[in-house]
Amino acid sequence: MKKLMTGNEAIARGAWEAGVQFASAYPGTPSTEILENVSTYPEIESEWAPNEKVAMEASVGAQLAGARSLVAMKHVGLNVAADPLMTAAYTGVNAGMVVISADDPDMHSSQNEQDNRNYAKLAKIGMIEPSDSQEAKDYIKEAFDLSEKFDTPMLFRLTTRICHSKSIVDIVDDRVEKPYVPYEKKKKFDPIPAVSRMLRKSVEERMNGLAEYAETTELNRIIWGDKKIGIVSAGVAYQYAKEVFGENASYLKLGFTYPLPMKKIKDFASQVETLYVIEELDPFMEDQIRAAGIACVGKEKIPNMYELNPDIVRKAILNEEHPTISYDASVIANRPPTLCAGCPHRGFYYELAKKKDVVAVSDIGCYALAGLAPLNVKDVALDMGAAFSIGHGAQKMFNKAGVNKRCVCTMGDSTFFHSGMTSMLEAVYNKSNILMVVLDNRITGMTGHQENPGTGYRINGEETHVTDIAEVAKALGVKHVRTVNPLKLSEVKEAIEWGLSFDEPACLITRWPCVLKKMSAMDKEEFGNYKAVNKVDPEKCIGCKSCIRTGCPALEFHADIKKVTISAGQCVACDVCAQVCPVQAIGREEK
Amino acid sequence: MEQVKNLVLCGVGGQGTILASKILSTALVEAGYDVKMSEIHGMSQRGGSVTTQVRYGKEVASPIIGKGSADILVSFEAMEAMRYLDTLKPDGTVVVNDYRMPTATTLAGVQTYPENVIDQVKAAANTKVMDAAAIAKDLGNPKTMNIVLLGALVKVMGLEDLDWKKALEACVKPAFVEINEKAMEAGMKEVSE
Repeated sequence: MKKLMTGNEAIARGAWEAGVQFASAYPGTPSTEILENVSTYPEIESEWAPNEKVAMEASVGAQLAGARSLVAMKHVGLNVAADPLMTAAYTGVNAGMVVISADDPDMHSSQNEQDNRNYAKLAKIGMIEPSDSQEAKDYIKEAFDLSEKFDTPMLFRLTTRICHSKSIVDIVDDRVEKPYVPYEKKKKFDPIPAVSRMLRKSVEERMNGLAEYAETTELNRIIWGDKKIGIVSAGVAYQYAKEVFGENASYLKLGFTYPLPMKKIKDFASQVETLYVIEELDPFMEDQIRAAGIACVGKEKIPNMYELNPDIVRKAILNEEHPTISYDASVIANRPPTLCAGCPHRGFYYELAKKKDVVAVSDIGCYALAGLAPLNVKDVALDMGAAFSIGHGAQKMFNKAGVNKRCVCTMGDSTFFHSGMTSMLEAVYNKSNILMVVLDNRITGMTGHQENPGTGYRINGEETHVTDIAEVAKALGVKHVRTVNPLKLSEVKEAIEWGLSFDEPACLITRWPCVLKKMSAMDKEEFGNYKAVNKVDPEKCIGCKSCIRTGCPALEFHADIKKVTISAGQCVACDVCAQVCPVQAIGREEK
Repeated sequence: MEQVKNLVLCGVGGQGTILASKILSTALVEAGYDVKMSEIHGMSQRGGSVTTQVRYGKEVASPIIGKGSADILVSFEAMEAMRYLDTLKPDGTVVVNDYRMPTATTLAGVQTYPENVIDQVKAAANTKVMDAAAIAKDLGNPKTMNIVLLGALVKVMGLEDLDWKKALEACVKPAFVEINEKAMEAGMKEVSE
């Protein structure tokens, strides 16, 4: 059966066919749909982990117990999970283990565009890179076989275009059930220094074995065409090269990209006039190819940053461009993403924006959008769970230097569970007087609504323990903990004042569900349903634009009549604008 | 068909570009074409600009196209047509929905929404303008606006003979197949007049 699938869907199918028993992940674009799709196969125990490190460790445990296991994350997630990966690379595996890293060249939804192929080299493990959905499905099975054959976790590296592009997958194979590999106590699984020193040597032997395999595998194949141009490429970059050159070039198309098949590359290079290495981001292959003494053209022509596409490859190598039509693009207004109409973060940030001498330390999530106009309330963000720890360090030095600044540090519920809890502990243990705000919208919002330890459900819908953020904060030693409804502006205002009134850390939790969340029975009981919209009374509206300054996309100011209207399709009557209006021109209307 | 065709659909998060692309690609696969489709997820549901590229032919390599490559650009929102106009081949066709959605910057009064945006698109390229929102409303379901636009694309690209009923059945709930079929027909009719 031929089916159009995203790379992420195809990987899930391949994992199922490969007999995978356990899969864990933390959501992150562009990797999220891998686990979402894996979880549709009931044979596989699928879990959202609190963070990527935990997901990696759970996956290590699952394969130790003899089950093929998979762990998936976005590129920056692998930084979080790097610690267990580096040593799992020494201990090897009992059953197959594949680590999926979904990189985001061009930073479509990320804070950097690090090239995680470097992790294969750093950890000394094998790496596979598919170039379309068919390969994504087929190669994941190969990755599990190799993991078991060479006693190593395998890195399976994707990019946004592989994850989210759809291409045709021929589905023929069924699931092959793999018997559990019996668990035996083995020295290699306990890497104390004496053991690690021995394992270190076996890592090198394994890499030699993988390098030999790279020379013979079908995953690395030559497609002959014109021999004037020879192209070494992998992943989606191969598709761009093929798009541009078609049969006017020969290709060494690599699917197994670490260790590289250097003999094969040398042999290929000797048969073509000019060798080009076409790869996205770092000169990962090129550096190794040059170091092996093979002449090639690479990053002097192909950019080492952002995404490639056929245009860029064509321009770089052939200096050709498609003609385009001419028009005046300067009239186009920007269309940045915004906090949704009814977003529970809006009320909190609207009040925070009014506070003077505050450094707004934010985190990774939808609330990052509060940094854009008109709210403009974000000074700093860095990585998951960092808001409290960055705020802590800054606050201590502001205080020491006598600078009149207070850090108000914000992160979402899922980010708090991810790695914000240890950041909170830092502020308590090392005694800073920051205000730590958990914007609890009852879901992992930005990545498209995944359950987390605070929502009460697992990925399969099964009910589970609801971890209470206030209780966690208290248990960590925060003495001042308060929960507010972020839609009630006067309460929020007062709570911010309260939170900044202490000489020790305080925690404020804003609790209201994401407006896009599919409400659970528990949610409905606590928060009710949205049943109304707000309307502006044009007689009363004075056109002062106070409501517009909340940044709600349901509000529109009409310059000609100097009045505001509210889009009934978007409004859910969160009432933030109504509370801001100085002349009470905004009121509810039942739907 | 040897020549690979390139289609670009653009709009604003929530307008249904992705569903339209899904129906389109389902029918193309069924008809035996090689198909690749690319979209960017991420923050688009927060009102950002969205685009989907669909490529079909005998054999398709790259899932994305660059500039000056699209045979057709279907814009679900008026100004978004301008934003992606550089993807169009000089002899390509624009189908633009006469439907304006303010942006965060125009709502706040920081930037202005270009008044004569449709005229500018018409001046730059071979353009078909339609009010898909009004057509969908007349059909009794404003939510089928995206399918009306899909119908226009189908007509312009000469894909009327594909099995659209089957594709709709595969992509939408049974109760909505009929209304969506009507929406497609209305879209086709609109651009053939």
